[in-house]
Amino acid sequence: MNPAFQAILTIAVGVGGCVSYFYFSNQFLDKVLFPARGENAGRNINRANMIRPWLFLLPALLALGLYLAYPVFETLRLSLTSRSTLPDGTTAYAWAGLDNYRQMLDEPKFWEALSNNALWLLIVPAMATGFGLLAAQLTDRIKWGNIAKSLIFMPMAISFVGAAVIFKLVYDMRPVDQEQIGILNALYLYFGGTEPKAWLTIPLWNNLFLMAVLVWIQTGFAMVILSAALRGIPEETIEAAIVDGANPFQVFFKIKVPQIKGTIMVVWTTITIVVLKVFDIVFAMTNGQWGTQVLANYMYDKLFRANDWGVGSASAMVIMLLVTPILVWNVRNARREMK
Amino acid sequence: MDNIAGSKSSLTWAVHISVALLVALWLFPTVGLLVSSFRTSDQIATSGWWKAMFPSTQNLTLRADAPELQVQEGDLYIIEGALFEAESGASISRFGISSRAYDVFAAGETAPLTKGGEVTVSAEGRYRMENTEPFTGTRGQRIFVTATTPPEFTLRNYQNVLFDPANREGMAKAFFNTLTVTIPATIIPILIAAFAAYALAWMEFPGRALLIAAIVGLLVVPLQLALIPLLKFHNEIGIGKGYLGAWMAHTGFGLPLAIYLLRNYMVGLPRDIIENARVDGASDFQIFVKIILPLSFPALASFAIFQFLWTWNDLLVALVFLIDSSGDTTVMTKQIVELLGTRGGNWEILATSAFVSIAVPLMVFFAMQKYLVRGLLAGSVK
Repeated sequence: MNPAFQAILTIAVGVGGCVSYFYFSNQFLDKVLFPARGENAGRNINRANMIRPWLFLLPALLALGLYLAYPVFETLRLSLTSRSTLPDGTTAYAWAGLDNYRQMLDEPKFWEALSNNALWLLIVPAMATGFGLLAAQLTDRIKWGNIAKSLIFMPMAISFVGAAVIFKLVYDMRPVDQEQIGILNALYLYFGGTEPKAWLTIPLWNNLFLMAVLVWIQTGFAMVILSAALRGIPEETIEAAIVDGANPFQVFFKIKVPQIKGTIMVVWTTITIVVLKVFDIVFAMTNGQWGTQVLANYMYDKLFRANDWGVGSASAMVIMLLVTPILVWNVRNARREMK
Repeated sequence: MDNIAGSKSSLTWAVHISVALLVALWLFPTVGLLVSSFRTSDQIATSGWWKAMFPSTQNLTLRADAPELQVQEGDLYIIEGALFEAESGASISRFGISSRAYDVFAAGETAPLTKGGEVTVSAEGRYRMENTEPFTGTRGQRIFVTATTPPEFTLRNYQNVLFDPANREGMAKAFFNTLTVTIPATIIPILIAAFAAYALAWMEFPGRALLIAAIVGLLVVPLQLALIPLLKFHNEIGIGKGYLGAWMAHTGFGLPLAIYLLRNYMVGLPRDIIENARVDGASDFQIFVKIILPLSFPALASFAIFQFLWTWNDLLVALVFLIDSSGDTTVMTKQIVELLGTRGGNWEILATSAFVSIAVPLMVFFAMQKYLVRGLLAGSVK
């Protein structure tokens, strides 16, 4: 079947199915199960209204449960089992306890991925939030600020893979006797470098060059959120500070930043989660070579190249573990807000 | 107050300059790729894209016509022709006839040939070879020139990548595959999420607060955890790898954000309208379809853009749930990663392919930025 046709069919079946599910289940509830007439009309209406929310929620809950909640537990289970193929071709699972974790902890690549991830976690959210705050503060004060903002925001729309190509061109290296076509090497030679460098193969530094890609993408996000927060600051506090003789830097750091601390935290944690899941950039640019492995790519390697589900699931659980504090923090904030 | 005003004006300049720098820094990489996609592979290999706007001076190795085209004029055997195509606008400053001495003659001078005879090369690229004996051999004489060529852009890369049916690395098919993944994966979660969001925003039932908290929690669950369990599940129910699995996965992964965004928006709708409709006897289903859905359009649009960008740009879900060993369902991101491996140095192909995949999200971005910003502001957990 032609995929385009299949896509149209899916839209029709998906949308039609959803709409008719909601429509007919409501009809069934009101007309057949608990009709709002006869002697029990009042009781029936109440009962119908108790059930209706669940009719509305059912498809979403099923999808969420199957696609997000169940996998967490299944991955946990898989990380504690070992999978092997029996001689007759069937797959067997056996309880392995913590063996997968032990094996993972013995691998130098895992520690490389973990320490690189730590580096990413320290640098990317800080840089993206910092640049975002700077851009938000500066663009709010000038006429063409909106154009500037939308240009800085633009990388948000570009895929990680597209960004990887863009930055591979930036980091490109040609032999010393040829003209450089990567702008970084061209600048490096222009400012007195002696020979061009293959930036993505220099240990430790290459991590920074990969991080630059994510900072480039995420700064726009930070800027948009922080710029809205900055505009929400009450004017009086700023005016009062200026009247008291504060210079622009004092106004920014002592008056404005403390007032948007909550938003800064939100931006920081949101980018932290993106960093923990970062996969495409490393996959497309270095594939974890030259000491640039990160957890998500390590996991992909284990799952689909080494075909080792046990260790792969164990490393996925490590990512989950790292996300959990933020998850708890978010849930607590959301609950507090609802009260 | 004078000095405040004074310090402000000097600072304003600093602000303008820093913003300009920041914008340039953020724009430069993308512009580099865009410019490169309009250059020929020779141009890309010999000069940086930032020089594309200016005439460039290059050392080129060109070839005169083969000896079989020689004509006899009296005692002389002559080969005559042009090194550049007509109206190329290139001009030669120096030339030579061996790679070791490639620039020893100025344009217009006459150089002796090693196998006898001589050649004259003009600045416009016309040459005339003369010899008293016939020229021998099968290939034309090599001529090394130092030439200045005007800036030149071409659409040929796009033609190759998009419209050449013989090009097996082309993007046309991958483009349609990406589109096929994206559209159902954007529309279906919106519908499912909208109903759920309405229930969470405007219906009273036990456990509602707990559900909302659970959805906030699911927002950050890394989809990496879902890969193996769901692939196993898809294999067990028999859909394996394919569009259906990719659509379902994108729907599931998109739902938490969709429900969260839409609920936040719906909760803010005026209570009066909904209560009035209830008093007038409208059912929840009618209220939802006739009142809530139209009023929530901005939030629906925000989420649609998010989901569109995310599914269009996705690589991981496609790798795991969609692309099977036949490669018929490959998407653009995967195609580009493959090109990065096999065509690492062919920037004209890479740049063009990447730009084909970037172009659509960029258009969506610039056309609907308002909704995107609104969605971001509502979606970040406050």
